Amino acid sequence: MKFLNKKNIFNLILILSIYFIVEFLINRGIIDSYIILNIVVIGVNIILAVSLNLITGITGQFSLGHAAFMSIGAYASAIMTAKLGQPFIVGIIAAALSASLAGIIIGIPTLRLKGDYLAIATLGFGEIIKIIGLNNDYIGGATGLNDIPQYTNWTWIYFCVVITIIIINNFIKSYNGRACISIREDEIASETMGVNTTYYKILVFTMGAFFAGIAGALYANYFYFIRPDSFGFMKSIDILVIVVFGGIGSVLGSVVGAVMLSIISVFLQNIPELRMVVYSVILFLIMVYRPQGLIGKNNLRLFKKRGVLNGCAHSK
Amino acid sequence: MILEQIIQQVINGISLGSIYALIALGYTMVYGIINLINFAHGDIYMIGAYIGFALTTFFKLNFLSSLIISMLLCSILGVLIEKVAYKPVRNSTRIAALITAISVSLFLEYGMMYFVKPETRTFPELLPDKQIHIFNTNAVLDFKNLSIIVITISLMLILQYVIYKTKIGKAMRAVSLDSDAAQLMGINIDKTISSTFAIGSALAGAAGVLVGVYYNSINPLMGVLPGLKAFVAAVIGGIGVIPGAVFGGFFLGITETVISAAGGSLYKDAVAFAILIIVLLVRPNGLLGKNIKEKV
Amino acid sequence: MDVLTVNNLCKSFGGVKAISNISMSIEEGEIVGVIGPNGAGKTTFFNLLTGIYSPSSGDITYNFKKEISSRDFKPFKMPKYGVSRTFQNIRLFKNMSVLDNILIGYHCNLNYGILPSLFRLPSFYRNEEEAYEKAVELLKIFNIYDKKDELAKNLPYGEQRKVEIARALAAKPKVLLLDEPAAGMNTNETKELTKLINWIKDEFSLTIILIEHDMSLVMEICNKIFVFDYGTLIADGTPQEIQTNPQVIKAYLGGE
Repeated sequence: MKFLNKKNIFNLILILSIYFIVEFLINRGIIDSYIILNIVVIGVNIILAVSLNLITGITGQFSLGHAAFMSIGAYASAIMTAKLGQPFIVGIIAAALSASLAGIIIGIPTLRLKGDYLAIATLGFGEIIKIIGLNNDYIGGATGLNDIPQYTNWTWIYFCVVITIIIINNFIKSYNGRACISIREDEIASETMGVNTTYYKILVFTMGAFFAGIAGALYANYFYFIRPDSFGFMKSIDILVIVVFGGIGSVLGSVVGAVMLSIISVFLQNIPELRMVVYSVILFLIMVYRPQGLIGKNNLRLFKKRGVLNGCAHSK
Repeated sequence: MILEQIIQQVINGISLGSIYALIALGYTMVYGIINLINFAHGDIYMIGAYIGFALTTFFKLNFLSSLIISMLLCSILGVLIEKVAYKPVRNSTRIAALITAISVSLFLEYGMMYFVKPETRTFPELLPDKQIHIFNTNAVLDFKNLSIIVITISLMLILQYVIYKTKIGKAMRAVSLDSDAAQLMGINIDKTISSTFAIGSALAGAAGVLVGVYYNSINPLMGVLPGLKAFVAAVIGGIGVIPGAVFGGFFLGITETVISAAGGSLYKDAVAFAILIIVLLVRPNGLLGKNIKEKV
Repeated sequence: MDVLTVNNLCKSFGGVKAISNISMSIEEGEIVGVIGPNGAGKTTFFNLLTGIYSPSSGDITYNFKKEISSRDFKPFKMPKYGVSRTFQNIRLFKNMSVLDNILIGYHCNLNYGILPSLFRLPSFYRNEEEAYEKAVELLKIFNIYDKKDELAKNLPYGEQRKVEIARALAAKPKVLLLDEPAAGMNTNETKELTKLINWIKDEFSLTIILIEHDMSLVMEICNKIFVFDYGTLIADGTPQEIQTNPQVIKAYLGGE
């Protein structure tokens, strides 16, 4: 299977066509700024969901602090572009690198933790980062940072989304991705078969953080204004809902989930409390009736619970 | 001067710690029995506070009656949540159960916000404004502090009795050690699990009312942070270990108060999480917990 | 030529002595059996041999092209060194296909790195194709090629065992550890397994160590047998010697 085969050429043409068509529509004013706003929101969510899916869905490392990576990226880019007057590309690179660093810092100590404990530890890390942000005056503390130049446009968001999806998908469909899935399925067997689980766990945290940081930069440089409170536990849950809804372990699921849930959010944005109530009910129904999500493979299990109760005739 | 500051902070810390301990007990009991971190637990605490608020403001009940009724209603709520939301995912993966718990938590928080609006409410003054001066210094033991501590200790003694001297308590201990064997011995798992939720939720409800009385103000999201911190407390003491939850609660309460008084009040919320991460890294089974390795 | 030497190996967990003073040497090309009552420490021994546990005292040395001592054991490095194993309670990657399970076994032989994966460089395609071919070879040998895309958890028990052995072989080991490979098999399946083990030993030039309770299998194919009881080695020798050893009989059947 060579690189320039029929399928890849077709995909390339498709990707470029979509870009140019939309760009054309924007130039003609047919797509207005409201739609662009939604495109940015959806794009940011896609990148966040796909990157979280790599950590949680593919490798089975339950991370509840993903929004923290986004916030680090957002602030890094904001500082670069607003305070230091750098061009956007510098902001994005700074965002990706600083978020990756955070990914390594969070990945290493949490290596030995599993399941619930890992979830809570990542949540704790996320909150600590938020609290540090709230108390740091250089970046505006609780009132946040504003006057961030609006650099994010269709071109930036589209190509960042496309590159994220392609890179993460390529990673998954390689021996690295297989190794990560095996870690999720049975960490001890995986290690015994030669997979350096430490390396891969840190790697996916770093990669996931890398892309979340880019998402943060795109977000900051569109919405002019960011504050630590927008990136707390609730945002991490938002991203998790998308991943679960779309299907844990499925890149396509994350994309579809992000699109659908962003659109649902828009409809519910006038009643924010009801939006969360609706979200929580969606989440619940999926967990009970279709835990594999919209596109997930059937009966995908992350950790199997052992015991007689599983096979017992005792009814639910 | 310093001494009275220290005494004052210790008193405050013990009061705060009592609240954490009461909530932590619910977490640890539920985790011990079905291996689930009940994210919604902090929200039961919040609902307890609101029930207390409603009872004292609209029904003009006194402190003790509101406390008891709130505990009762919370315990019913806890059992309901278990039956409707957690039982269906009892045999699912840990992550599925965790996500379900998160969904219940969100439902309670935002459902409450939708119905009662997000503004904070104030508890009426229920307790006499008396104070006792300690050793004739400026350190005061408020009547409120005293009630919290006394009620917490009473509840814990009742809990001890229930766990160690009643049949249902024995069943709870058995199920948390080996649920399959317990079931084979004829213990009704469903009833036992429901009882655990009932007791844990009652304690959370009590904490809610006590907080309403002590700090006076309540809001629909008040359960989030204390819920997380109480969970940290449970982990510090060893999740699944009942005395551990008590120890962890007081430890966290006192530590947080002391750090806050020492000038780190901006970072006091981070304290709990920092301790959590340290504990998880150094001694994941908590200070009083057991060391269980996976069999290969 | 000794391929594995164990010297005064001891392992304790807290106060419990799981293994005491085990010493043995195993020659290249042998099929060695490890038998003993349940709880005698056999799987713990395997876990020590594969770096999952580290010795409390004593050491283990593999004599391959280089000497590898238990001080350098890390579970994920063992397949690269040349040691691979199966597990007592089959540990397949349930939600991965049979093919993917085997490919994981081959993992230690792949190292084309992150960049080629992400950017689909030529080395990616080359290595993946090679891995695929090797996996297919194994699938055909074990007669499960037609199930290659099936999820591992959907296979019948006997075939799952085969997949696990194939996965262990994909690592191209020199020493293969089989933990109760015949567990749950009937007489016919056990006979087939016996033939299979003999065949793979020759075909892949292996040294095989196996834990087993099925005596027909053990006595049939093992050159040497080690008997464990309460964490110590109570006897070793050829199958004939073991069968008539009074200590062994006592351990299995109880004293007079």
